[in-house]
Amino acid sequence: MSEVERMLRGALVPVEPSMALSERLERRLSELTDAAVGELAEFDPSALRDPRRWARLVAAGIVAGTAGGALVLVRARQKQRRREAQGLRALQRGMREVSADMRHRLRR
Amino acid sequence: MSATAEKAELDREFTELYRLHLRDVYSYSYYRVGNHHDAEDLTEQTFLQAYRHFARALAESNGRPLRPWLIRIAHNLAANYHRDRSRRPQTNLEDAGVISAPHETEDLVEGREELTAVLRGVAGLPDDRREALIMRFAIGMDNREIARALGRSEGATKVLIHRAIRQLEAQLETEKEVGDE
Repeated sequence: MSEVERMLRGALVPVEPSMALSERLERRLSELTDAAVGELAEFDPSALRDPRRWARLVAAGIVAGTAGGALVLVRARQKQRRREAQGLRALQRGMREVSADMRHRLRR
Repeated sequence: MSATAEKAELDREFTELYRLHLRDVYSYSYYRVGNHHDAEDLTEQTFLQAYRHFARALAESNGRPLRPWLIRIAHNLAANYHRDRSRRPQTNLEDAGVISAPHETEDLVEGREELTAVLRGVAGLPDDRREALIMRFAIGMDNREIARALGRSEGATKVLIHRAIRQLEAQLETEKEVGDE
């Protein structure tokens, strides 16, 4: 690795999204998922009149419910991880704000 | 499989894509726009747009990873963002190409000059070279992924990255010489 590549690796570090963004995005995606599943369920009302299809509908509903809730599960897992990392994140966020402020002052 | 179950399976796969690549999309967006507020907006728009077109992208991917497709969406949205900003008369054009890094205080103090010079150099590169470097170093994409995201061949991408690094190296060298004088 050349010197410039080393410098680039040090400068262009990955950036963690904020908790607020993750929560907002997951909420919106969950809403979209629920709406889409709801639309599909309403799309075929004739299925409700055919008892032979009830079992399939119930099975599909269980799968849809499980997967439709996948984003909720992701959210729950992330919340758990965030709770564990909350103290550290708060510290990192504070330091980021300080560094942003310093950078701003240095530019002046 | 019923339409509802297919949709559910699709949502499960999208959830996985989101979980794996939220940080990638955010990092890319951040280095393209230079601030957290707009990077959040771009990331949100990227995933919402990706969700709308996910079924087709999955069908056309032939099992290949979807990260380049996701980054391509972010890339197009970032291009729109910069175009819109350049049209707005109140926009400060000097800020348009600025990249700021989210480094912590001690990094800033210890390697501030080097960091500033590298970021300024990256910001001053032609668009395609800058984007390729962000994809390589901030997200860790390989040549094949970058080629897919930029719609180029692998060979052309390799040359693009090589030239970007050489140009940046020359810029930094020139700055150092000027600084030493």
